[in-house]
Amino acid sequence: MPDVKPAQTHPDALIEIKDVHFAYDERPILRGLSLNVRKGEVLAVMGGSGSGKTTLLGLIGGRILPNKGKIMVDGQNVPKLDRSALYALRTRFGMLFQFGALFTDLSVYDNVAFPYREQTNLPESVIRDLVLLKLQAVGLRGAAGLMPSQLSGGMARRVALARAVALDPMLMLYDEPFTGLDPISTGIVGRLIRRLNDAFGLTSLVVTHDLDASLKIADRVIVLAEGKVYRDLTPEDVRTTSDAFVRQFADGLPDGPVPFHYPAPPLVDQLLGKSSAGEIAP
Amino acid sequence: MSSVIEMIEGLGRSVLSALARLGLAGRFFLAIMMVIGVPLRRFSLLVRELYFSGVRSILIIVVSGMFVGMVLAIQGYEVLQRFGSSETLGVLVALSLVRELGPVVTALLFAGRAGSAVTAEIGLMQATDQIAAMDMMAVNPIARIISPRFLASVVSMPLLACMFSAAGVFGAYLVGVKLIGIDDGSFWSQMQAGVDFRLDIVNGLIKSLVFGVAVGLIAVFEGYYAPPTAEGVSSATTRTVVTSSLAVLMLDFVLTVWMFRGLNG
Repeated sequence: MPDVKPAQTHPDALIEIKDVHFAYDERPILRGLSLNVRKGEVLAVMGGSGSGKTTLLGLIGGRILPNKGKIMVDGQNVPKLDRSALYALRTRFGMLFQFGALFTDLSVYDNVAFPYREQTNLPESVIRDLVLLKLQAVGLRGAAGLMPSQLSGGMARRVALARAVALDPMLMLYDEPFTGLDPISTGIVGRLIRRLNDAFGLTSLVVTHDLDASLKIADRVIVLAEGKVYRDLTPEDVRTTSDAFVRQFADGLPDGPVPFHYPAPPLVDQLLGKSSAGEIAP
Repeated sequence: MSSVIEMIEGLGRSVLSALARLGLAGRFFLAIMMVIGVPLRRFSLLVRELYFSGVRSILIIVVSGMFVGMVLAIQGYEVLQRFGSSETLGVLVALSLVRELGPVVTALLFAGRAGSAVTAEIGLMQATDQIAAMDMMAVNPIARIISPRFLASVVSMPLLACMFSAAGVFGAYLVGVKLIGIDDGSFWSQMQAGVDFRLDIVNGLIKSLVFGVAVGLIAVFEGYYAPPTAEGVSSATTRTVVTSSLAVLMLDFVLTVWMFRGLNG
């Protein structure tokens, strides 16, 4: 596969990732990934399952450490930060998890109030106003008294979004924000991602494999493959490119550069029980 | 020959992984101790866990204690009357309870009732990314979630053991005095004379404090490191009960040897 040239240093880059390697046990996930994320943009990170998309978010957030490479966020090398510096940096991050990750023992209101109560000394009356404003922004002020178990998937995602932007972060990380949502909720969450990004002057990294939803909101799309940035495209490029891998992804074709079959010995050999092909155990 | 080598390799692997897990638990315990001040400063965090682990265990502890006391009275009376000393029933029951049965049975019941719930709760929080979300919000989950639950177990255990023993003594009183008809006065006065505060009651409390640390640590550890799947959380819950029970019984032996070593020679 062709490889895009390593990202150059940009003065307006909020995140600069250089030559990052990462492996789970012996299995390499990222192999020399380099990437810049510019201030103010919505960047969609795409790629098949296991291509390292979620790993990338973990590395940027400092939840996992790379085997090699530099991850600079706002001028700080995340893997080298100690716990208090990392926590100081994380107060300026917002992260939306795949299914929202709301605290199930707290109400919607208390979930959104959580970051204020933990990270600020604001009086409860001010927190109340801030929480109501954030909930209003995602259209769920009326649901403040509900518990997370009473919310639909899309509502839970929106509450989590309100919680993630509570402290006015500089960077928003989204881990598969559209998974499991109906088309209406997908549209709502997508528009919110774009609107919050522009209204609050954020920078957003959206990890997803929902191509349609991300093309509507992203300024730039990168495709990960073989542990690197395989393509760096505008949404328009994605629609028109003839690249086989991107096309397979964009058109949802079952077979192509990404094979349908998990590596296996020939079927006939295995069915006939020939030599080493017959064993099912790994 | 090769099968023998394989067996030895397998044995070595399981010993190594058990040691690694023990080391992980040790480091986890240290991490908890580093932030144990948090639930003390933010008392509401501790109160919530004391309610869920401690207060809601009271019913099962008191009822179990009553029945254990009643059975002890019947069995004890049967043996004691052979030697004509049935009026010492009070001492027998009280010593059995405060020294052994109170701390041990309370810890076993607590592991099943509260420890398993703590493991399942933390395991599910882990599986649904709630702990990761908290960590990403720059709130230390060990301080905010783990340490209050651990501390609640340590605080609840001795209190529950006291309730267990008290309920047991009352159960024995009902059966021994009211039902069988042992003399009221000798039941209580023998007990008062035969139970030593330092040797019996304080030692029993120390035991249940140690059990509180063990059960609390096992419960939060198993939950925190549970694989984030339905199967992972369910087997972690089972492991909490099994490991806690074994740990309590083994620690009880060690503590008993240490506490009462000078008494027989």
